[in-house]
Amino acid sequence: MKPAPFDYHRATSIEDAIAHLQAGDAIARPLAGGQSLVPMLNLRLAPADRLVDLTRIDALKQIVARADAIRYGALTTHAAFEDGRVPDASNGLMPFIGSQIAYRAVRTRGTIGGAVALADPAADWLTTIIALEADVALVGPNGRRTVAGTDFALGPYMTVIGDAELIEAIIVPRRPGSERWGHYKVARKTGEYAESMAIALIDKALGKARLIVGATDGAPLVLEKSAREIAAGTIGGGLAAAIRAELAESGRDFSPEKLLLHSTVAMRAVANSERR
Amino acid sequence: MKTSISAVINGKQVQSAVEPRTSLADLLREELRLTATHLGCEQGVCGACTVLIDDQPARACITLAVGIDGSDIRTLEGLENDALMLVLKSAFHDKHGLQCGFCTPGMLISAWDLLRRKPHLNEAEIRIAMSGNLCRCTGYQGIVRSIRSAAEKWAGSAAATQEQV
Repeated sequence: MKPAPFDYHRATSIEDAIAHLQAGDAIARPLAGGQSLVPMLNLRLAPADRLVDLTRIDALKQIVARADAIRYGALTTHAAFEDGRVPDASNGLMPFIGSQIAYRAVRTRGTIGGAVALADPAADWLTTIIALEADVALVGPNGRRTVAGTDFALGPYMTVIGDAELIEAIIVPRRPGSERWGHYKVARKTGEYAESMAIALIDKALGKARLIVGATDGAPLVLEKSAREIAAGTIGGGLAAAIRAELAESGRDFSPEKLLLHSTVAMRAVANSERR
Repeated sequence: MKTSISAVINGKQVQSAVEPRTSLADLLREELRLTATHLGCEQGVCGACTVLIDDQPARACITLAVGIDGSDIRTLEGLENDALMLVLKSAFHDKHGLQCGFCTPGMLISAWDLLRRKPHLNEAEIRIAMSGNLCRCTGYQGIVRSIRSAAEKWAGSAAATQEQV
C-alpha cells in the first residue's frame, strides 16, 4: 500500500456527503472516479484525513435531457460519453472528447464532475465545457447555485468550489446544428496530459464563433477577439496574427515557444472545424 | 480502522476487512493471492494491474479496495477458460507477444476488452487503444501483431458469433 492512512465514508446521499465533508480542521476530500486523486494519494502529494466516496449517490448519476440543455450528473464517466450511452447536444464534440481522455481503463472510472472539480489546466473537460458555454451546478452547506463554466476555474487547480461543496451536474446547452467544431491537442504521448489544446466552434450560418485555448498556465483562455475575426471571415496569416496578439495580451506569461505552440494549436483547431 | 467489504471475485463471493488505503491490487495479490495482477508504477500509468470491474477494465492500483464493495471483479485467473482469452493467449504465444511477461496480464485484459468492444481495428487503432499499457521490454511490435492475429481468429470463430447473439 502506498497512501498515508485516512478515514473513509461511503456517502448515501448528497446531504450525507456534504455533512461528512464538513470536517473542521481535518482535510476531507470527495472521491468520485479517483483517477487523479488516488494516484496523488499513492504518491502522497495530496494530503487527506478523510475520503467521502460519492460513487453510490444515484442523484449524481442522473441525466436530464431538457429542451434547451442536457444536464449530466457529475458522476457521468468519460466512457459513457465515448460509448454514446448518454445523449449529446454538442454535435459530437463531447463523445469525441470522452473518447480520447487518457486510456480506456481510466475512462471507465473517471468522471466529468471529478475532472472539472480538479481543474487541471491540461485536462480535457474544463476546456470543453467552457467552449460549449456550459454551466456547473454546485450543491453545498448553503444550498444550490449555478456558475457559468467560464467563471468556474480561477487558476491551475483553483475553482469557485467552496468548503464542503460538490459539483452536482454539468449543464450543457444544446448547440445549433449548423455549428461545426474543431479540436486539436498536442501531447507527447497518446493519452497523456496535453501541452496545449484548443477547441473552435464556428457557425457560419449564424455568423458566430468561439475559440478556447486550454492547457495553459491557468484557466483556459477564451479568445474573444480572435473569435470575432473568425466570425468576420478572417483566415490564414491574418487570423494567426490575431490569435498570437490576443494570447500575448492575455496577461499570461507565455514564453515565445509556448506562444507559438498555443497559436499553432488554435489555428489547427480552426482548420479542423472545416473538416466536419 | 478496517471496513468490511463483500464482492464477487472471479465468480466467488469474497468477504474481507480492509484498511481504507488498501488498493484493490494489494487486496488481490496479498490477501487473495491472485498474483496475475501485477504492480508496476502504482500510480495508474503502466497498466500492468488492469482488471475487470463489472466487466469494465480498470487500474487495480488506483482503485481502493473499500470502493469495490458489491462489485464483480475478474482478474486474469478468472478468465482462464474464457474463449476469447484463450485465443489471445495463444496469439501472444505464437506471435511473440511477450518477453519478460511482466506487462502481459494487463496487456491481455486490455486486449480482451478491446476485442469485445471493437473487434475490427486496424494496426494504428490498436496502437492507440493499447497506449495505456506499457511494455518496458519495448516489445510492442509483437504485442500488436498478437492482438491483430487474435482479432482475425476471433472474428472467424464460432464463439465470436455466439457472443454477438
